[in-house]
Amino acid sequence: MTISIDPQKTNDESLQPKGWLRYFSFSLDHKVIGIQYLVCGFLFYLIGGTLASAIRIELASPMSDFMPRDVYNQVLTLHGTIMIFLWIVPVVNGAFGNYLIPFYVGARDMAFPRLNAVAFWLIPPSGLMLVASYFVEGAAQAGWTAYPPLSITTPQSGQIIWILSVLLLGGSSIFGGINFIATIIKLRRPGLKLMQLPMYCWAMLGTSLLVVLSTPVLAGTLILLSFDIVANTGFFNPVLGGNVVVYQHLFWFYSHPAVYIMVLPAFGLVSEILPVHARKPLFGYTTMVFSIMGIVVLGLVVWAHHMFTSGTPPWMRLFFTIATAFIAVPTGIKFFNWVATLWGGKISINSAMLFSCGFIINFVFGGITGVALAQVPFDIHVHDTYFVVAHFHYIVYGGTVFIIFSSIYHWFPKVTGKMLNEKLGILHFIITFIGFNLCFAPQHWLGLNGMPRRVAEYDPQFQFVNQISSLGALLMAISTIPFLINVFLSVRNGKDAGDNPWNALTPEWLTSSPPPVENWEGEAPLVEEPYGYGKEISEQK
Amino acid sequence: MLNKNIYLILIISLVFVISFWIGFNVNLLPAEASINAPIYDELFKILFIIGLIIFIGMTIAVVYSLFKFRKRDNQIGDGIALEGNLSLEIVWTIIPSIIVLLIGLYSYNIYDRMGGMKELNHNHEMMSSNTEKIWAGISQTSDNKMPKNNLSIEVSAMQFAFLFNYPKGNFISGELHVPVDQKVSMKMESKDVIHAFWVPEFRIKQDIIPGQPTILNFTPTKVGKYQIICAELCGPYHGGMRASIIVEEESDYNEWFNKNKKPEVNL
Amino acid sequence: MTTLDSSKEIQKNNSEVNETHEDFRMFGLITFLIADGMTFAGFFAAYLTYKAVNPLPDGAIYELELPIPTLNTILLLVSSATFHKAGKALLKDKNTDSQKWLFFTAFLGIIFLICQLFEYFHLPFGLTDNLFASTFYALTGFHGLHVTLGTLMILIIAWQSRINGGRLTSQNMFPLEAVELYWHFVDGIWVILFIILYLL
Repeated sequence: MTISIDPQKTNDESLQPKGWLRYFSFSLDHKVIGIQYLVCGFLFYLIGGTLASAIRIELASPMSDFMPRDVYNQVLTLHGTIMIFLWIVPVVNGAFGNYLIPFYVGARDMAFPRLNAVAFWLIPPSGLMLVASYFVEGAAQAGWTAYPPLSITTPQSGQIIWILSVLLLGGSSIFGGINFIATIIKLRRPGLKLMQLPMYCWAMLGTSLLVVLSTPVLAGTLILLSFDIVANTGFFNPVLGGNVVVYQHLFWFYSHPAVYIMVLPAFGLVSEILPVHARKPLFGYTTMVFSIMGIVVLGLVVWAHHMFTSGTPPWMRLFFTIATAFIAVPTGIKFFNWVATLWGGKISINSAMLFSCGFIINFVFGGITGVALAQVPFDIHVHDTYFVVAHFHYIVYGGTVFIIFSSIYHWFPKVTGKMLNEKLGILHFIITFIGFNLCFAPQHWLGLNGMPRRVAEYDPQFQFVNQISSLGALLMAISTIPFLINVFLSVRNGKDAGDNPWNALTPEWLTSSPPPVENWEGEAPLVEEPYGYGKEISEQK
Repeated sequence: MLNKNIYLILIISLVFVISFWIGFNVNLLPAEASINAPIYDELFKILFIIGLIIFIGMTIAVVYSLFKFRKRDNQIGDGIALEGNLSLEIVWTIIPSIIVLLIGLYSYNIYDRMGGMKELNHNHEMMSSNTEKIWAGISQTSDNKMPKNNLSIEVSAMQFAFLFNYPKGNFISGELHVPVDQKVSMKMESKDVIHAFWVPEFRIKQDIIPGQPTILNFTPTKVGKYQIICAELCGPYHGGMRASIIVEEESDYNEWFNKNKKPEVNL
Repeated sequence: MTTLDSSKEIQKNNSEVNETHEDFRMFGLITFLIADGMTFAGFFAAYLTYKAVNPLPDGAIYELELPIPTLNTILLLVSSATFHKAGKALLKDKNTDSQKWLFFTAFLGIIFLICQLFEYFHLPFGLTDNLFASTFYALTGFHGLHVTLGTLMILIIAWQSRINGGRLTSQNMFPLEAVELYWHFVDGIWVILFIILYLL
């Protein structure tokens, strides 16, 4: 902690490179770091998406004929790991968190700018290391869950590199979490009360608490696993008297909260986007705050629902069923509040709005299958099948990735000072929405009828449905094309956005676009009502 | 105002009707072939209907808002400055809580009927012979009208096959033959990595864990040939790790059993 | 737009927002220590679970001798007190006294590590013998790593508290306070570890 010094000293402009070069430097500016996270994450998204396409090509036919079986397992392991640890977690936390939180709390930078830069610069090397492990002796092939004893018996180099890479990414995540907590609690502008913060701050506070409390457990677990692999200890090796189920408990103690680490920030972001484009205050601010904290607390005590078919005794199965099902309550409150936010507004139908509404519909669907999966008897049939695959893609893709795109459409004018093209944006939404649902909705049926996950070959009776799913995946791959064209064209020749194209009230819109190095020319504005839409009109009447 | 309420009631009842119709008429599940399956399908149907009501209702609400409250070209200014409605928020906290609680209690009841809450280390034939600890599993199906003569089988899983040991016949088979309408008790253990025993038509699954024996009891109700599928990533050939379970009439089963039976002396 | 007006409530007398903040580095450190504590919590949970459900093979030795760890507990507790003394001395600008106390604390830390190594070499089991042995070494080793780091940091701040040219003064107490908090944390973890591993 001693490496961090006061923010105003670190932002000495003369020390920082200018122009596009600053995005390749050890910049301490939270906005630069935010963009670094976003672009780096998006590059890994393209890699992870390519791997996903490879999986869907393999599954277009019932036989294992597109790639060798062990390569298939490496591909699905890398796909999961990259999408979670290098795309969703860094982007939805690191990118938007770094860019927006200092604005929202009225600060000029994060609490620990150096730590922030260190946290980002851990990501590219560990990500490259992970991808490169494929070319050494083959990447890890035990799935992103790395369950022993499979992870102990598969080729060691790939698994060790995987562990090292996840440890570094976990470290990055913890540093980020510490920084967010300190920034939100301690760096608030004088006069700004906690209950006046935009909802994304609350979401990030909750997320960071989960990161700080659960990620270290994963780190410890992976260290023990690496001992099992290289030092021949027997923590999780049954041949040496170890207990494989203990690994699963420790792993899911992190990896279930990891779902909330991926989803809570998206809840925060959508709470920023909807009121702006619906021109209405966020409905039920206080209940939203309490439901975030409720999700944080419940999220820490539900991990064993991933293990209903493992070595868990009956009483444990029952407790975790009830606890898990109750997460639906605070989550449901948030969704009802968002629909109530739309109700009676003056909604601009644009790309940001459409992606946010797509998120609501997809996530409600994923949430319903989630409540079903929480029921032990239900889960016993569909555990580790394509039903589960469909469920979590509805949560993390249909939920979080939709919000990432929505946020890009929403904040692009602030970051670049240019507008994105709306027609291309709506095209992007339509292809993504259709492709996504075509890809994952049929997988529910596959899982219910007997197709397990992580297989390279399957019963020929499932071929037709799998091909529909692969077609959907193709559409999803195509959908990135209009998006990329849109971004490149708009950065160069986009319409000038002005400082506040959406007439939004949250603090980041009250400075120029793109914002100056220390966020505001003068002092930070005090925004007591970030969602005060419609107030003046009613007062004037 | 009255008119509006009538529309609202109409739409809500339509959502309910559609959901119930789909719930009762669309079958997403494979054939029912064990006494667990109808119990499971009962739970599935109820969760399916509740899920459909919520999903269709929310989708209609979102799409309707987007259409009804869209900004017209000539409009300026904001929507109404409505920041919340405490009674409404309390309503949609309490109603989901009640639904979730009821679902939880109901699924507990289902799980109990499937035999999931039974004490694992009792009522198991193989337990009398040794003191090995059973770590997990579904102990027995609850229908006690079934004859007592359990069929006991020891399952061992390895990369990438299942082996079924019939202790009474003193032989090992790669195919699981069981007589219809009789309770089967399996003790399962893995020789290498984690596998899982899954028969979709029976709606049962249990991981097969190295170093931790698990049990799985079931009663097949329908003659036929079904697939046993490994449902836990176990290596490159995970997708190919399948075996057959053949449910047959008792006479057929006995014929098969006697054909494979080996005399004790061979030991 | 009319909506913009509401957000123009900018308070006047609030220039240089960041300078008015209290020192939040300690807050960050505490958050970090909570995270670090969770790593230990994971290890402890694994150890206790193994102890409860995984019986050791016949003939495994898991009885530990108490004298050395008891001595180690006393060493660490005393070192926490001496560290506190160092802080008090520095606050009164008695840098030489502070330095003495710091060196003494580091000395206690080094003795602790030597005792720990001595115990390792005289234990009847090795790292891979059984689950108990592996968990024992993992827990004490991870803690030992913390003590090693702590001792190094104490030596650094002791050097920095020298009278001429040292950066540690009564005006700049943060490095000492940070290392002290860390040291108390490591100390506290040891007490828990001693109770769970040796006494239970």
